Amino acid sequence: MPRREDLKSVLIIGSGPIVIGQACEFDYSGTQACRVLKAEGLRVILVNSNPATIMTDPEFADATYVEPINAETVEKIIAKERPDALLPTLGGQTALNCAVALHEAGVLEKYNVELIGADFDAIQRGENREIFKGIVESLGAECARSVICHTMDEVLAGAAELGYPVVVRPSFTMGGLGSGFAYDEADLHRIAGAGLAASPTSEVLLEESITGWKEYELELMRDRNDNVVVICSIENLDPMGVHTGDSITVAPAMTLTDREYQHMRDVAIAVIRKVGVDTGGCNIQFAIHPSTGRMIVIEMNPRVSRSSALASKATGFPIAKIAARLAVGYTLDEIPNDITKVTPASFEPTLDYVVVKVPRFAFEKFPGADPTLTTHMKSVGEAMAIGRSFPEALQKALRSLEQKGASFSWSDVPPPLEELLESIATPHDGRLHEVQQALLAGATIGQVYQATGIDPWFLDQIVAINEVAADIRLSDDALTAAKLENAKRHGFSDVQIGQLRSLSEEVVRELRHALGVRPVYLTVDTCAAEFAAQTPYLYSSYDEESEVPIGTRPKVIILGSGPNRIGQGVEFDYSCVHASFTLSEAGYETVMVNCNPETVSTDYDTSDRLYFEPLTLEDVLEVVHAEQQTGVVAGVIVQLGGQTPLGLAQKLKDAGVPIVGTSPESIHLAEDRGAFGRVLAAGNLPAPKHGTATSAEEAVAIANEIGYPVLVRPSYVLGGRGMEIVYDDATLTGYMATATEVSADRPVLVDRFLDEAIEIDVDALYDGADLYLGGVMEHIEEAGIHSGDSACALPPITLGRENIERIRESTLKLAQGIGVRGLMNVQYALSAGVLYVLEANPRASRTVPFVSKATAVPLAKAAARVMMGATVAQLRAEGILPPTGDGGTLPLDAPIAVKEAVLPFNRFRNAEGQGVDTILGPEMRSTGEVMGIDEVFGTAYAKSQAAAYGSLPTKGRVFVSVANRDKRTMIFPVKRLADLGFEILATEGTAEVLRRNGVHAKIVRKHSEGTGPGGEPTVVRRVLDGEVDLIVNTPFGSPGQSGPRVDGYEIRTAAVVRGIPCVTTVQGLAAAVQGIEAVTRGDVGVRSLQEHASRLRNAWAE
Amino acid sequence: MTDAMLVLEDGRVFHGVAFGAEGETFGEVVFNTGMTGYQETLTDPSYHRQIVAMTAPHIGNTGVNDLDPESFRIQVAGYVVRQPARVASNWRAQRSLDAELKAHGVVGIAMPGTRALTRHLRDRGAMRAGVSSVETDPQALLQRVLASPGMAGADLAAEVATKEAYVVPSRTGETRFRVAAVDLGIKAMTPFRMAERGCEVTVLPATATAEDILALDPDGVFFSNGPGDPSTADAQVHALRGVLAAGRPFFGICFGNQIFGRALGLGTYKLRFGHRGVNQPVQDRRTGRVEISAHNHGFAVDAPLDGPFETPFGRAEVSHVNLNDGCVEGLRLLDRPGFSVQYHPEAAAGPHDSTLLFDQFCAMMQAAQAASAAEPGTSAPNAAEQGAPATPEEGA
Ligand SMILES: Nc1ncnc2c1ncn2[C@@H]1O[C@H](COP(=O)(O)OP(=O)(O)O)[C@@H](O)[C@H]1O
Ligand SMILES: Nc1ncnc2c1ncn2[C@@H]1O[C@H](COP(=O)(O)OP(=O)(O)O)[C@@H](O)[C@H]1O
Ligand SMILES: [Mg+2]
Ligand SMILES: [Mg+2]
Repeated sequence: MPRREDLKSVLIIGSGPIVIGQACEFDYSGTQACRVLKAEGLRVILVNSNPATIMTDPEFADATYVEPINAETVEKIIAKERPDALLPTLGGQTALNCAVALHEAGVLEKYNVELIGADFDAIQRGENREIFKGIVESLGAECARSVICHTMDEVLAGAAELGYPVVVRPSFTMGGLGSGFAYDEADLHRIAGAGLAASPTSEVLLEESITGWKEYELELMRDRNDNVVVICSIENLDPMGVHTGDSITVAPAMTLTDREYQHMRDVAIAVIRKVGVDTGGCNIQFAIHPSTGRMIVIEMNPRVSRSSALASKATGFPIAKIAARLAVGYTLDEIPNDITKVTPASFEPTLDYVVVKVPRFAFEKFPGADPTLTTHMKSVGEAMAIGRSFPEALQKALRSLEQKGASFSWSDVPPPLEELLESIATPHDGRLHEVQQALLAGATIGQVYQATGIDPWFLDQIVAINEVAADIRLSDDALTAAKLENAKRHGFSDVQIGQLRSLSEEVVRELRHALGVRPVYLTVDTCAAEFAAQTPYLYSSYDEESEVPIGTRPKVIILGSGPNRIGQGVEFDYSCVHASFTLSEAGYETVMVNCNPETVSTDYDTSDRLYFEPLTLEDVLEVVHAEQQTGVVAGVIVQLGGQTPLGLAQKLKDAGVPIVGTSPESIHLAEDRGAFGRVLAAGNLPAPKHGTATSAEEAVAIANEIGYPVLVRPSYVLGGRGMEIVYDDATLTGYMATATEVSADRPVLVDRFLDEAIEIDVDALYDGADLYLGGVMEHIEEAGIHSGDSACALPPITLGRENIERIRESTLKLAQGIGVRGLMNVQYALSAGVLYVLEANPRASRTVPFVSKATAVPLAKAAARVMMGATVAQLRAEGILPPTGDGGTLPLDAPIAVKEAVLPFNRFRNAEGQGVDTILGPEMRSTGEVMGIDEVFGTAYAKSQAAAYGSLPTKGRVFVSVANRDKRTMIFPVKRLADLGFEILATEGTAEVLRRNGVHAKIVRKHSEGTGPGGEPTVVRRVLDGEVDLIVNTPFGSPGQSGPRVDGYEIRTAAVVRGIPCVTTVQGLAAAVQGIEAVTRGDVGVRSLQEHASRLRNAWAE
Repeated sequence: MTDAMLVLEDGRVFHGVAFGAEGETFGEVVFNTGMTGYQETLTDPSYHRQIVAMTAPHIGNTGVNDLDPESFRIQVAGYVVRQPARVASNWRAQRSLDAELKAHGVVGIAMPGTRALTRHLRDRGAMRAGVSSVETDPQALLQRVLASPGMAGADLAAEVATKEAYVVPSRTGETRFRVAAVDLGIKAMTPFRMAERGCEVTVLPATATAEDILALDPDGVFFSNGPGDPSTADAQVHALRGVLAAGRPFFGICFGNQIFGRALGLGTYKLRFGHRGVNQPVQDRRTGRVEISAHNHGFAVDAPLDGPFETPFGRAEVSHVNLNDGCVEGLRLLDRPGFSVQYHPEAAAGPHDSTLLFDQFCAMMQAAQAASAAEPGTSAPNAAEQGAPATPEEGA
C-alpha cells in the first residue's frame, strides 16, 4: 500500500528536555521522522521545548514550536495549525503521555486529529501494566506475579500476598521513575508512596522479584499489512534487577539457542499484534530463568524507545525513519533498505559483529546519592562500540566512556577476593571492573556467577581477556605481531598494552605500526556481507580486509563529543551535526567520529561517512590514517564536540594531524590559567583575583591573600567538576586533601568568589579580523551558580547598551589574544560596575543551539565555515549570517528567549531513601534544558518554567523562607504575590520581616521544630500533603553549619518528591513573579520559530 | 592450538587454527548468515558435501544438546567459524560444540577472515574449497581442491536419505492423514510438524518410485529438502510425475520444490551464492504478506513470474517470490492439489512465520478425502499406469 493521500500535515511531539531515562535518542528519532515526512511532502509541525535538539532547527519542520509539551499548549498549537494527524510514538514517554492527555481532554476529537503510529487503545494496552498482563496471559505467555494498587492499603495487602522482596513499578512512567525494590514495609511505604505520586494514573504495580534472571529485549516493527519483523535482539549482561538503561547490553543475544530465540520471537510478535501497535516500532522485554528457561514478559513500550535507538545504530536499520514511513501508510516491503538499496526493509538484519553498550553514570555529582543500581534508571549517558568479537567490542566500549578506571587494568594488585565477591553481589557503577579483578584474583567463573548472575559465557570472555593480558605481560619474550594482533582482537588499547609492558602509548603505537598491525574498517551493512552495502557506516576491527571507499573530495573529519554526561550533552552533538551538514554543502566530504548511539551525529546519513569509534588518541589517529590512505584530509575539527576532542587537539597535532580552526596552542592559552592570565593582562581585562596551587599550603596562602570566599576547582574541567565555594582555611585544606589529580601541570585554581555579581554568557565567532557576537545571555541567578544550571535570558534583560559594547570589546580582545578561529564562549561577571572575565572556552559551547534558535542564526554552521577559512564578511554575503548587526545589537522588538536548566534530583536518593539536596552551586548538575520564547520576559520565563517543571501556580499558597542576606530583596516580589491573591506562609524570621512590611504571612513550623503541641504540622508535612503550591527557599549559612541548612534541605527535597516548583534564589523569585503575572493576564500564546525568525528578519531589515 | 588453513579453488587462502577434528576435508564452501541455530545447521542433510562458513562471529556459546539436531549426524563436510566458544552456557547444553565436532570427525577452522570470505563468495559465487590442519603448503592443498568434485551435477540425495522406510506416528492421538514423505535429505522437524497436525508420516528412501509411493495409498505425498543438483534427480522427477498424474495432494520443500518444478516441465539453475540464513523476506503473491523465512538452497527453479502457465498437470503459478532477488520461492498447481516452496516452513533453525503451509497441506488432503468420499472408485494406482506425458526436459 502506498502512502496515505488523506494525510497532508502531521504534528510530531518531541520528548522535551534531556532527563535521565530520556535523552537525545529521541532527538535522533524525531529528527529522522521530520526528515522523511518532509521528504514525503507532508507539512510537518513539531513541538519540543528543548532548544538543544537538532530536530527543533527551523529547517527540519515547516512549523517548529519550542513551547512547553503539555496538553494545554499543544491544544493551542493544534487549534492554530489544524494538523490531520498526530504522531506520538517518536517522542518517548513524554510524547506518548501528552497524546493520551490530549485524547482524554477530547482535543483530538474536537479538531479531528488522527493518532497515527499507535492509537489510544493500543497505548493503553501497552502501557497499562494490568491490561498488558492480561494480554500476555491470554496469549499463553507468562508475566511475573503481580498486583495493581491504587492506595497504600492495597499496596500493603499486595506485598503480604507476594512476599518480600517486591518490585514496585508505576504505570505510564519511563526510566523506571518511582520504581524500586522493597525488602520490608518501610521500603514499601517510601517507594510505593513516590510511585503513586510519579504515576500520572496514580497506579503502581507490585510484582514478585525475579532478580538474577537473564534479561533480553526485542525490537520489532509492524506495518498495516500486519507484516512483523524483529530488528534486533539485545541481551543484558547485568541480569534482571538492573534497569536496561543502566545495564551493559549486548547485541545480538549471545546465549540463546534458536529454539529459545524463536519462542521469544513468536511471543513478541503475538504481543505486538494483540496490543495492536498498528504501524511502527515497539520494544518488548523478557526475563529467562537461567536454569529452567522459564520465560517471563516484563514489559512493552508501544513506541520508539531508548533501545530502538541502540538497535538502529547496532544494526544499521533506521527504525525511526521506517516507523515514520509506516505511520503514513507504506508497508515494509515497499520501503527500500537504504543500506543495501537493492533489498526491501521487510527483512531481519543479521549481524556479523558484536555490539556492546555501556552506561555512564554521574554519581560524583550527587554526593550522598545511593550508587546501587536497581530498577530505577540512574545513568546519564551511554557509549556503544562495535567489534568482531565480544571482548573487542566490550573493551572499545569501556574506553569510549572516557572515565578514569573504566577500562580494565592489570597494574594494581586486586583487593582480597572475599571483598570483591562481597562487593560485586550488589550491582553498582564499575561492577564489571571488579568482576574482572575478582577473576584475576582467582575467583572461579562459578563463584562470580553465584555472586552476580552474569552469564558464565560472558564471564569466560572476561577470563579470556585476562589471559591475553597475562600473555602480553610475559616480558621475557618480545611483543610479536601475532601477540599484538591477538591483544588487539581482544580490544586492548595501546595504553593498556603499554601499562602491561611498562611502555608509553607512543612506543607501543610505533612498534605496532612498525610490525604493520593496524585495524581495518568494516561496514555495518544489516546483512552480514550477503549484499554489497551502499552506506559508509564503519567500525574498526583487527580483521582481514578494509572496506573504506576511495574519496574524491577533500575530507573534513569531525570529532564528536562521546557519551552524554552532565556538562557535555546533546548541545555539542548539535554543533557537530551542523558542521557536517554545512561542510557537505560547501563541497567537502564529511567524516564523523563518535561513539554515542543516542545522537544524530551517529546516524549514518548525517555525514558522508561515519566511524563508530571511541574518541581516544589511538582510535582517532587510526581513523585519520585510514582516511589519508583513501584521499586527502583537509583538516580535523576538534572545536565542536566539547572538552573531549579539545583534550586531544595538542596530541593529534603532535602526531602530525592537521587541526583546523583555533590552534592547539591557542586552546592552551585559554585553558591554562597562567597563560590565560597573561592574555587578560595584555588586554587589561579584569579577572577575579586568583592564583593556582598544587598544595594545601599554597592554596591557603593564596586564599588569605585574595580573601574569602574563594572558589576552588581543578584545571581542565567541564561543567565545574569538583568546583566549590570555600569560606575558611579548614574547608580549603580539606578540599585540597580530597581534590583529584593535583599536579604541577594540573594545579588547583583558586579564585576570589564574586558575591552578588550578574553573570553573563557570550558566544562569539571570530575569523581573525571580524568578531560576530552571537548572543549575550544574562543569567537570572547570580554568579556562583554554574552557567549550565542557571536560567538565562537573551537578549539580556537588564544590561544597557554600554555594558554590551564593553562586552563586545572585551570579547574581541580575548579572541585576538587567544587567537580564536571559529567559536568562542566567554563567561563574565558584572560586579559593582566592573566586568570580570570568568573564563573563555575556545570552542562551541552548551549555549550555541540556544543562541542560534533565539536569534535565528545558524551559529554552528557559520563556525564550521570559518574554521575552514571563510570570513564573517563572506558569510554575511552568503546570508548564513545577517547582512548587518549581530546578537549584541538585536532590534528592540526581538523576541525574548529564556533558557531554563532541568535538574535530575528526583532520580537520586541517599541510602536511607531521602532525596539529595537541590540547591544550585558552581558545579553543574543539570541534565538538560528548555527554552521559553515570547515577546516579553515574563511570558517567556513562565513558558520556560512550564516546560521544565510544570506550570507556575496562579493562586494558592506560597511558602517563603529566605537567608538573611535575601530578606530585603524578597519583600517586594513576595508582596506582589500577596497582591496577586496568594496566601503567604513563612518561617518565623521571614514572616516577621514580611509583616513589618505589611504582608500578612502565616507562620509555619520549621522541620526542626517538629509538630506543634496542637498537632500543627511542620512545613515539610504540609508540602508533602500537597498544601503548598510554590516554595521560595534560599539556602542559609555556609555548608559548615547544620540547623537551618538542614531545614532548607528537608523542604527542598519534599518539594522534589511532590514536584512543586521551588525557587532557591531571589533573582529566580523576581522572574517567577513576572511569569505568574503573565500567566494570570492569560495572554500566553504560541508562535513558531519560523514566525519569530521572519519577524526578526523584518525588524533587522528596518 | 594447531594452525589450519582454508584454500578456495580460485587460489585464495585464509589462515586460522583448527577447530573440531584435525585433518583435511573438501567440499563446496558456502556461507550461512543465521545468528542462531548452528546445531540445526550442522545436522541439516542439505549441507552434505558442503563446507559451511558462519557469518555470526561467536559460535558454540550454547553448546550442543540432544534435542535440537535435524538428523542423526553432523552433515557438513567442514565448518568455518570466527570465534568458537570456550565454554558452553545454556540450561539445555550437554556438551561443547568442539567436542561434538571432534566426536563426529568434522574438520573445522577458526579464522578471523570469515567476513572477507563471505564478501569473496558473494562476488565470485560458491566454489570448491579445502580445509586442512595437516597440510602446510597452500599450493599442495589447492591442487587437491581442484581435483575434488563440484556441486553442479552432483546426485547426493541417495547418499543422505534413509535406506529403510520408517513411520513417524501422529502426535495428536488420532491419525487424520497418512502422508508418504520421500526423503531426499529430510530434516527431523518436517515430519514432526506434520505429526503435530495429526499426520502419520511414512518416510521413504530417495529411490522410492511412484508405484512404491502410491502403493501406500497415502492421503498426501511430500518430497523433502536435500543436497545436490536437482537436474540430476531424474528418478525423483519421474516418481513425482506419477504421483501428480494420480492426482494425489502434493507438498514439497526446497529440493522437493525443484523436483516439482522439473515435474511441471520447468528448468532449474544454480544461484551464484545461494540463500542460506534465517532472515529472507518471501512474499506470498496472493496476499502480499511477507514471511521472514529460513533458507538453504544453492539452486532455484526457473519459472514465468508474469502469471499462470500451462503444465502437463494443468495451469500452475509462482506462488512466492524472494523480495531480495526476485527468485522463485514457491509453485502452485491451479487445477490439481499440489504446491511447494523453496524455503523452509519447518524452520529449524529459523522463524515460524511459514508453518501455516503445513496447515494448507492438511486442508488439501482434507478436501481430497471429502472429494473421493463423494465419488468412490476413482482410486489412484491405475492412474499411474497412464504414466506421465513426456516433456522436453525429460532425461536431461
Ligand atoms: N519483577 C522484577 N524483578 C526484578 N527486576 C525487575 C522486575 N521487573 C522489572 N525489573 C527490572 O527493572 C527494570 C525496569 O523495568 P521496566 O519494566 O523495563 O521499566 P521501564 O519502563 O522503566 O523500562 C528492568 O529492566 C528489569 O531489569
Ligand atoms: N570568581 C567567581 N566568582 C563568582 N562565581 C564564579 C567565579 N568563577 C566562576 N564562578 C561560577 O562558577 C561557574 C562555573 O565556572 P566556570 O569557570 O564557568 O567553569 P566551567 O568551565 O565548568 O564552565 C560559573 O558559571 C560561575 O557561575
Ligand atoms: Mg524497560
Ligand atoms: Mg563556564
